[in-house]
Amino acid sequence: MSEKKVKRRDFLFTATYAVGAVGAAAVVWPMIDQMNPDASVKALASTEVDISSMNPGKTITVLWRGKPVFIRRRTQEEIAEAKAVKLEDLKHPEKDEDRAKDPEWLVMLGVCTHLGCVPLDQKGDYNGWFCPCHGSHYDTSGRIRKGPAPTNMEIPEYKFVNTNTIKIG
Amino acid sequence: MSDHEYTPKSKFGKWFNDRLPLLTLASHLTDYPTPKNLNYWWTFGGILTFCLITQIVTGLVLAMHYIAHADMAFDSVEHIMRNVNYGWLIRYIHANGASMFFLAVYIHIFRSLFYGSYKSPREIIWIIGIIIYLLMMAAAFLGYVLPWGQMSFWGATVITNLFSAIPLVGEGIVTWLWGGYSVDNPTLTRFFTLHYLIPFLILGLVVLHIWALHVPGNNNPVGIDIKKPSKDTVPFHPYIVIKDGFALLMFMIVFAFFVFYTPNILGHADNYIEANPLVTPAHIVPEWYLLPFYAILRSVPDKLLGVVAMLSAILILAALPWLDTSKIRSAVFRPLYRQFYWILVADVLILGYVGAMPAEGLYLLVARVATAYYFLHFLVVLPILGYKEKTLPVPLSITEPVLGGSPNLAMAKNKENFKD
Repeated sequence: MSEKKVKRRDFLFTATYAVGAVGAAAVVWPMIDQMNPDASVKALASTEVDISSMNPGKTITVLWRGKPVFIRRRTQEEIAEAKAVKLEDLKHPEKDEDRAKDPEWLVMLGVCTHLGCVPLDQKGDYNGWFCPCHGSHYDTSGRIRKGPAPTNMEIPEYKFVNTNTIKIG
Repeated sequence: MSDHEYTPKSKFGKWFNDRLPLLTLASHLTDYPTPKNLNYWWTFGGILTFCLITQIVTGLVLAMHYIAHADMAFDSVEHIMRNVNYGWLIRYIHANGASMFFLAVYIHIFRSLFYGSYKSPREIIWIIGIIIYLLMMAAAFLGYVLPWGQMSFWGATVITNLFSAIPLVGEGIVTWLWGGYSVDNPTLTRFFTLHYLIPFLILGLVVLHIWALHVPGNNNPVGIDIKKPSKDTVPFHPYIVIKDGFALLMFMIVFAFFVFYTPNILGHADNYIEANPLVTPAHIVPEWYLLPFYAILRSVPDKLLGVVAMLSAILILAALPWLDTSKIRSAVFRPLYRQFYWILVADVLILGYVGAMPAEGLYLLVARVATAYYFLHFLVVLPILGYKEKTLPVPLSITEPVLGGSPNLAMAKNKENFKD
């Protein structure tokens, strides 16, 4: 077979396919993107929580973006336990200082990183959280220690608005 | 498809048939030559058609009363149960109908595995069947979310989170599926839409499944190719119609037993508690028909690999026509395969059992062994068996063993059917 010469017509075909593909993509994209979070869902992006009445050893659960957020005022023993853990013992190594800005307050998404269940407070082998769905154990810093979950429970963006209020998101 | 020519008797019939050959199709379906030795395991195709129609009809009626909104879905289901005339009956038929559908499809699939119905020239029928099975699982899962009970909500959360195991894009895909940052109202409305759509996709695939079946014709318990039509076949109507009809009646007795005597035994009590995103039920289990795959998911300690193993367990079936290297179809003539077949049946039942149990201790160990065996069966045992197994002599025709006693060497086809 001899080499084919590119003709004017070949160019026109290719150009037509290219324009057609771009046009099809432009039509398909809105159909796909409409399933992403809409403006009203995005508008509920932050929550303020009053923590004035919480004593050490108490956990509250608040809803943020439809997901539970655990706010725990940790006891001194729990803080000591979390800080004593060696990083090489962790599946997902993170220092406790990096997870709790103020060591007394642990604010994290109460969502198991395995398949999204809500872990139970003060259960499991590491005195932290235990997920009843598939048996993941978390320590007092919410770090994964045992079970199928791949990572530590997520820390959302939050800040102390004043001593009594935390703003999540 | 056109094995024979058909001419309608009436003038109008001829006029119509020349323009749209529906009467030719009807004639093909009634005269369709069927092996005369089909046993009752072959009646589940008809039973499954009945199940699909039942789900579509009851589903349409339920959709007239159900409200797909996170604040109202749970109450609307209770409204159906308490206020709508015969609402309880229609919902119980639909809910138990899903279980009956899966019961029938598992028998149908294991019948194919026993008699080698997936082998050449029926690979396309088999693969369409696997796609139907996948869509059935999707429809069942989506439907289970709609009552918006605790199991609905947390089942949806767990299953959609499976996609988060995909590297890089996983989290984005999950958010896209949810239409938010958790399972919520946008998720419910799209699940309802898709749950409504899928049965009609299945219906279309069933047409293709039957079309593909009618090209080579039915496999049969002896598993040999037959001439059609011949003395080895009978017309579909009335012989198979009446046999399928009788089996369907028996099946409906079982169906009715569940609907009228124990309508909630296959469900979970937790699903009569309204969805609460703050509390996960202590023990999440899927419906019974998904338990073997759930056991495989949990038996792998790594999140991504667990999901991969679970999906592979289903998709490996699509490769079965090429993994099974034996030319003999029916297990009747494969003494070794027959034993491995029953081990596989036991293996899947064990997986189902441990899938319902907590994933710890002995249960976890058993789940791991059973998962390993499941893959060994398809990836190692079947390919090797085709070369190693000494098969029994296969009769030349269906009629022969009936007229001449049990199959013997003299009746055996050629040497090519034997493998050393």
